Order: sequence, then C-alpha cells, then structure tokens
Amino acid sequence: MLPDPNSLYGPLDPAPEAGYENAPPRMGFFTDTSVCIGCKACEVACKEWNGVPESGLDLLGMSYDNTGALTANSWRHVAFIEQPRPAGHRASPADVLGAPVDVGPDRPVDAGPQFLGMPGAQPPGRGSGAEGRTDFRWLMMSDVCKHCTHAACLDVCPTGSLFRTEFGTVVVQEDICNGCGYCISACPYGVIDQRKDDGRAWKCTLCYDRLGAGMMPACAQACPTESIQYGPLDELRERAAARVGTLHDRGVPEARLYGHDPNDGVGGDGAFFLLLDEPEVYGLPPDPVVTTRDLPKMWKRAGLAALAMAAATVAAFVGGSS
Amino acid sequence: MTPPGPVGDRFRRFRERLAAEGSHQARVGDDRTSAAGGAETASGAELAHGGDRPNDRDTASGNGAAGSRRGDRPARRTTEASGRRRGRRGGGGEELRVPEAEFTSYYGRPVLKAPVWKWDIAAYLFTGGLAAGSSLLAAGGQLTGRPALRRAGRVTALAAVSASAVFLVKDLGRPARFHHMLRVAKPTSPMSMGTWILTAYGPAAGVAAIAEAAGVLPRHGLLGLAGRVLPPIGHAAGLVAAGTAPALATYTGVLLADTAVPSWHEAYPELPVIFAGSALASGAGVGLLAAPPAQAGPARRMAVAGAALELYGAHRVETRLGLLSEPYRLGRPGRLLRAGRLLTAGGVAGALLGRRSRVVGALSGTALLAASVLTRFGIFYGGVASARDPRYTVVPQRERLEARRSSMDLPPNRAAPPTV
Repeated sequence: MLPDPNSLYGPLDPAPEAGYENAPPRMGFFTDTSVCIGCKACEVACKEWNGVPESGLDLLGMSYDNTGALTANSWRHVAFIEQPRPAGHRASPADVLGAPVDVGPDRPVDAGPQFLGMPGAQPPGRGSGAEGRTDFRWLMMSDVCKHCTHAACLDVCPTGSLFRTEFGTVVVQEDICNGCGYCISACPYGVIDQRKDDGRAWKCTLCYDRLGAGMMPACAQACPTESIQYGPLDELRERAAARVGTLHDRGVPEARLYGHDPNDGVGGDGAFFLLLDEPEVYGLPPDPVVTTRDLPKMWKRAGLAALAMAAATVAAFVGGSS
Repeated sequence: MTPPGPVGDRFRRFRERLAAEGSHQARVGDDRTSAAGGAETASGAELAHGGDRPNDRDTASGNGAAGSRRGDRPARRTTEASGRRRGRRGGGGEELRVPEAEFTSYYGRPVLKAPVWKWDIAAYLFTGGLAAGSSLLAAGGQLTGRPALRRAGRVTALAAVSASAVFLVKDLGRPARFHHMLRVAKPTSPMSMGTWILTAYGPAAGVAAIAEAAGVLPRHGLLGLAGRVLPPIGHAAGLVAAGTAPALATYTGVLLADTAVPSWHEAYPELPVIFAGSALASGAGVGLLAAPPAQAGPARRMAVAGAALELYGAHRVETRLGLLSEPYRLGRPGRLLRAGRLLTAGGVAGALLGRRSRVVGALSGTALLAASVLTRFGIFYGGVASARDPRYTVVPQRERLEARRSSMDLPPNRAAPPTV
C-alpha cells in the first residue's frame, strides 16, 4: 500500500493509515470548558484507574490549580484561570451555560485591589456582600493528551513504543519504551513527559483498556457536568459545533473550538476543546504544527550538507600542493 | 512535575515573595506581569464577557472579591517573561533579558516540555561529529598516502564513536533497553535513522582503527599473517566509515530540528550545515594536532571549509529567525556560540598562518576542537532555552495565526478560529 500523501500533514483518518482494516470509528474527547466546574474528579479518576503515581504534594501558589501542567504523573490537568472582566460590554448578560439572566443594579467595577485568597474558612468575597463584589470570571479547563491525527511523538519514537490504536488514539507501550525522550521534545502541546524515578515516557492512553471493553474512559465517566464527553470523533465534532452555535446565540461570542479542525497544523486532535478565551490563556499553543510536516525538507537539507561535507573533503585532499 | 520535597515548599516561597513584594501583585500567580500588559489584546470582542455575569455571584460566590485587581491594569494579563519563570525544570541558567514582547500565557508556565536530554546529548553532538570528521580525514590520508593523517583519524574516530555510544546509552531513561532502538527502522524518526547510521558506521570505524595495529605486529607466525591481512581490511573498513560519516555528521541536525522546540525546529535549514562544518573543523583539528606540517595541508583546507560552513550557519540562525534567534544570542548559549566563533576564527587563522610550525598547528587544532564543543553546546542549550520560555512558543504562533487571518480577510475578532 502506498503511503497516503497526507501521511505527514493534512486531513487523514489515522487508524486505516496505520494499517488497521475495518477499524472502529475514531474515538476521542470533546472537553466543553464552559461547563467545567474545576472539581478535578477527572484527575482523580484517571490516577485511580490507570494507577498513576502521586504527583507530589505542594501548593503552587498561583491559583486553585496545584497540579500545574500535564506531566508523566498527571494525565488530566484542570487549569484555573482567574480573569478580571470589565462590566458594561454586554447587552444581554448570560451565564456560562448560555442561559440569559437577570442582572441586578450595577456593581462597582473598581473596588480596589483585593486578595482572591487561598482556601480559607469561607469563600473569598462572601464576607463582603454582593455589593462589594466585582467582575471576575474563572475559566476552568480539563486538559489532556490531544491524540493528534499527526502525532509527532509517535512519528519520532525510535523504538516503536508509541503506537496508533485501532481507535485512532496514541498509546505508549511501557514495556518497550527505553526513555530516549525524543517524544517529549517533539510534542507541540508539551503533553508527554518523562517520569523521573522511572525514566520512561508516560501520557494519557485514552483508557485503551477500557475502550477495548466498550467502556468510557475513566475521566469522562467521572465528570459530573459532562464537560468531558467521549464518543466517536465525528459525532463529537457535530455536537461541539452545535454547542458553539448555542453559546453564540445566547451571547457568548468568545466561545470557540480548539483542535477540532482536520485542516489544522496537526490534522485535528482526537481530543478537542471548547474554549472561552484564546488557547494560550489556558496554556495551549495557539497554532501548533506537527514538526514532521517539514521532515522531508529537513532530510533534504541534511543530504545537501552531507554532500557539501564530502565534497569539501575531496577538495581538501586533491587541491593544493602540501 | 513537583519535585519531591517538603510539603508546601513552593507555597512557603510564594508567601515570602508576597511579603517581600508587599503588594497585591504577587497574590495571583501570573502576576509577574506588568500593568503595561494587555493593551494589545483588549479588543472589545474578548471583553464582551463582562463581569456582570451573575455566575460570579451564583456558582463561585467568592470570585467577585478578587476581580478588583483589575483596578490597576487593563483587562488582560500579559506575561512579560521578565527572567524568572516557573519552569518545571527550573534553573538551567538561562537568564533572558529581552525586549518586551507582549503575550499571554498560563501563569508564565512553559507550553512545551523542555527536552529531557542532558549535557551528554550535547557532548554526543560533538563526539559524533568528531568521529565523522576524523573518518573523512583518515580516508583522505589513506587514499593520498598520508599515514599520519590516516592513523590519527582512525584512532580518533574509534575513540569518538565509542564515547558517542556511551553518551547516548547513558542519556536513556532506561539504559538497559538501548537495544530496543534496533526493533524498528523509521524514516520519520531521525533518532531511528541515526541508530542505523551508527550501527553501520561504528563497526567500520572500529575495524579501521584496529587495522592500525598491523604496524606493530611481528612479521612471522599467526600474528604476522594478521599483520598482512589487516591493512586491506582496514582500507575497506575505512572507506565504509568515510562513506557513512557525512550522514553521521548531518543527521543530528535533523535530530534536533524534528522537534517542537521552537529555536531548533525553525533552524532546520541551518542545523545540518552547522553540524557538517563543525564536524569537518573538528576532524581537521585532529589532523593539525597529529600530523607533521608537511602532511597537514589537507587538514588546513578542511579547517577552512568547515569553519566557513559553521560560521555561515551559526550566523544565519543567530540572525534569520527573528524572535527565535534570540535564545542563540542571549545568556549561556549566546556566550558559548560567541566563544565558539572566536576559537573557530583563531583556529583557522593559526592553521593558515602557522603552517610551518608544529606547535602553532597543534594549538590551532586544539582551538578548532574546542570551538566545535562550544558550538554544539551553544546550539543545544539555545534550543532548550527556547522551549522553557512560553514566549518563544506563543508569540511566533500567534503571529502566524494573525497573518493567516489577515490574508483570509477575516476581521481581527479572535472569537472565531481562522480555519473554520
């Protein structure tokens, strides 16, 4: 079989490309951050099911996010973004669910700096009463491996440890991985990571074991608000487009999808998101491109450099008199 | 990601910082930002989600209280990576003092994972190149009757390729599984290709070096037979090694470029050129060190060619890539590359001017070898620095996105992704 012309870049169905015949539909996640409540049940469920070691207990001192990032020991990561939002930019206020709401009398915008607070006896701001509160929004997003159509980690893996499953997801085989670390530098999202005391690379498997048994991945199963939705990717993309339309109609114009487009730099993500702000606000790259897109050009340059090297050596020995 | 340590270590530091700064600025994690930030992004569309949403009141009853930090700054946080970052691999010594570019990030944390490769991979870049350059030098010496070049080249090549193998295996997270590299051959994985290049090159270089022992073997008996058989075998092996050497020297450029590390990836046209030049220069350095001036002519010319490629390539990556050239100019990588450039120039000058002096030749050779080490480490750590700072990930991608959007005549409204 000839390789697909899009095998390094462009829209593609990854499982048949990887050689599966009669592959099941591609499965994935749609993470709708507009309904995420930041409960971190997904992080816990993932650790429980997959036997992921603890990440170390610490407070990062930046928000209610003390996980920090996706790492070898955190395959789901709930980001908390605290954002001030000036009042008066909305004609028809709506809550994050998109339902129009009644707004009370104007609340002060500039009540001076206040400490958001670390977790305390009562929620910050409760003591100040409704009048004292100001405009603020809290974005939460459960991040996860994107299971890219063109997965750089998989393409650069020199041992064949990373492989494409029949569901179109990307999984590390821990009995093969020798910890070379190439996948870690290759991932445009900074997802896959080396476990320090173990040396190997680890990341979300999209619960390959559960998928095989026809079950839902642990994080999606545990999500209490259906912020994490699991299903066939085609279906999820339709559902996501409808959701964005609903939010736009209800006055949330900043709602947008991320990673859903098969024409993007990685050929579309198997796990994509509905975001309420720019991707970089959530720690996501705004325009990721799979590094192997340029690989043919790289090999060509290396070939030219190698030829130049050989030619220079020949010239050095045949030219000149000494 | 959190290093094992006392519970709340970071929180303690955070509290101390809070006390030291004595302002609300430190209270929210992203606030190594400056109030100047945000202007660029404060478009009306983004701000449409005004704070008058009642869920401030309903679902997160406390949040409202904190919103007031807006009072001293425009709508959006903009991290100006003013040096210190919370990189998970913190430290590293890259102190970046750069012109302020405004961009947004998640509490200043890196988007990418910095390479987990340690200094031994940078050292391998040098030893691999040194082996390749030495094998080319040896083959030239072998074919043109310059035994000093041949012998020095072959022996250095074996030593360098052995060191390479040690560095490469040592850097693995699971060194005992190094042979898993031999399970597959993948053109999409430069590391896999490199494994096979080394597998072809290493034994050939080894045999060629062992054949040099023929000169010290007795004339008679079994060893005498070996002494007569070895030179032709070494001849063939030396040619095989020289045939694979250019691939060995240049694939490492692809190895680094085929990553998401911004300053490595965008430098993909130059990296193989730099590494080819550096390999030639280091091979030439071996020739200048080992050969008497009468035989060192080709080494001098190799030094000139290698230095030209290396200096040209390094100049290009330091100037062509815009923001992504910055990591190669600043901090430790910048110092390494500048020192490498000086030593390269000095080594070439010495090789050309001191062609009658063995001492000057040896000094020049040493300078070229040192320059090669510095260049490799500079390129390596420049890339690492670019992965550690979210600026180098976010800013170029954001520019790309905006350029695409404007070429598609879309309004600068960021609410809709451009490719829909």
